[in-house]
Parts: sequence; C-alpha cells; structure tokens
Amino acid sequence: MTVTSVQKDPDALTMTLTAEFDASPERVWQLWADPRQLERWWGPPTYPATIDSHDLRVGGRVDYHMTGPEGDQPRGYWEISEADAPRSLAFLDGFANDDLTPNTNLPTTEARVKIQEIGEGRTRMVIDSIFPSTEAMERLIEMGMEEGFTLALGQIDGILAEDAVPQR
Amino acid sequence: MQTTGPDFDRVFAALGDATRRDIVRRAIAGEEGVAELANHYPMSFAAVQKHVAVLERAGLVTKRRIGRRKVVRTDVEGLRSAQRLLDRYEELWRGRIDRMTDLITNTATTKERTK
Repeated sequence: MTVTSVQKDPDALTMTLTAEFDASPERVWQLWADPRQLERWWGPPTYPATIDSHDLRVGGRVDYHMTGPEGDQPRGYWEISEADAPRSLAFLDGFANDDLTPNTNLPTTEARVKIQEIGEGRTRMVIDSIFPSTEAMERLIEMGMEEGFTLALGQIDGILAEDAVPQR
Repeated sequence: MQTTGPDFDRVFAALGDATRRDIVRRAIAGEEGVAELANHYPMSFAAVQKHVAVLERAGLVTKRRIGRRKVVRTDVEGLRSAQRLLDRYEELWRGRIDRMTDLITNTATTKERTK
C-alpha cells in the first residue's frame, strides 16, 4: 500500500493524503516537474490530462485540459506559490476558460505538497488539499469534481461514526 | 425529478452546511420534531425548517408521524449511499497515487536494464 493515510478535516476544510514510495525525493519530484509524467497520472483514465504549458517556478503557471468520454474538455490551471525542488510545491488549482484565463466564477483549491526522505531509499509525500470555503466545496461538488482535489469526505464519515455508537 | 437513487448534487450541497450536518446527526435518534430541533440553534424556527426541507429534498431525512407528533429522522441508508460516492472521490486520489507508483516502478525497471 502506497497510500498510508487519508485524513479529512471538515472544520478546517482540508484533506490530507500521505503516500510512500520506493524512490528518492528527486524521483518523486519528477512526477510533478516533468509534464509528460504529470499528464500520465493527473487525470483519471476516463479523463486523461494534457499539459499545455508548464512552468513550475514561483509565480509560474501550469495550463492543462482534460478530455472526457463525451469529448468534453474542461480546462484547468495551477498558479505556483511555492516551489522548492525536490522538497515542496504549493499551488492554486483553478478552472480556466477556453482562452486560458482563470474562470473566476468557479472556486479554486489550494494544494500543498511536501516530499521528504524517510530512509532506506523511501520517500514520503504529503498532499494537503485546502478549500477556501464551504460554498466552494459545494460548488465543486455540484460540478462533478472531475478535478478530484476533494472534498467534504469527513462530514459523512463523522456522522456515520456517531451512528455506529450503540444506541439503547 | 428524482428518478433513481439519491441525487448526489443535492446530498453534498445539503451536507455543505454545518447546521444541516448537525441536524442530520441529531436526527439519527429520530425523536425530535422541527420545533425541538430549532431549540438547539440560535436561529428562527423558520430558518431551521428551511434547513430540514433542504435535507428532506436531498433524501437525508424524512418526517415521520408518531402519534400526534411529527419527528425528523435521518435516512441512514441515504447517508451510506453518499458515503459510497465520497469513497469514489477518495479513490480518484488513490488512483493518482497508484499511477505515480506505476510510473516510478517502470522507470526503475528501465534503469536496471540499462545498468
């Protein structure tokens, strides 16, 4: 199992996913830094991603589009706020219009990636996904969430966990 | 409009609000009516009634008559089906990590061959 934990904190509007790889931090960094590798994992098989431009420096941008089963092509962009190879990357992930300008009607999510060597040739990657507001989460959910930088998972987890407490 | 299964957009929109999540939690016991539920929140009866209506439309709670009273009860099955969908979103990220792992494994093999 490479995913070692997924934590959902509905109050802080974050999801934290931790994964471990049998590789060096440099190798894991390449998954983000090499656009040809990035497009092989970013989109799900039903929505493969194509990276149209890729500048992973602070202030830089990544433009991409995905291609859906119906031929639909939602566009997205990243705005890089932190890039420290091979240790950390932070960016705003938003939707874009066809002319590549940010679609300001739709919410953005923030992603923070930390990559850390943990010995024996292994590397840990922690990804925080942060939503700006509950409304933004709602909106993203309404859109179908092809982007996958998800979501209010913990809300239902919490409710069901309380339900599991034996009731008399 | 709802034909088959829960309307997930409505379910998630309904759960995107802290008060409504709390109502869902309280209504698992299924003992309180809208008026009693309203006592728990610093808002008007009408506001709480509105929240309950949103949850009802999402299929997350039902109103049920017990004697002369009408109580609000959480539809746990409705919640569970939403849980299954949410699991799919988590799966999306797990899928990404799997694809990352595949990429790393493949390049490692290639390197060994060239050694």
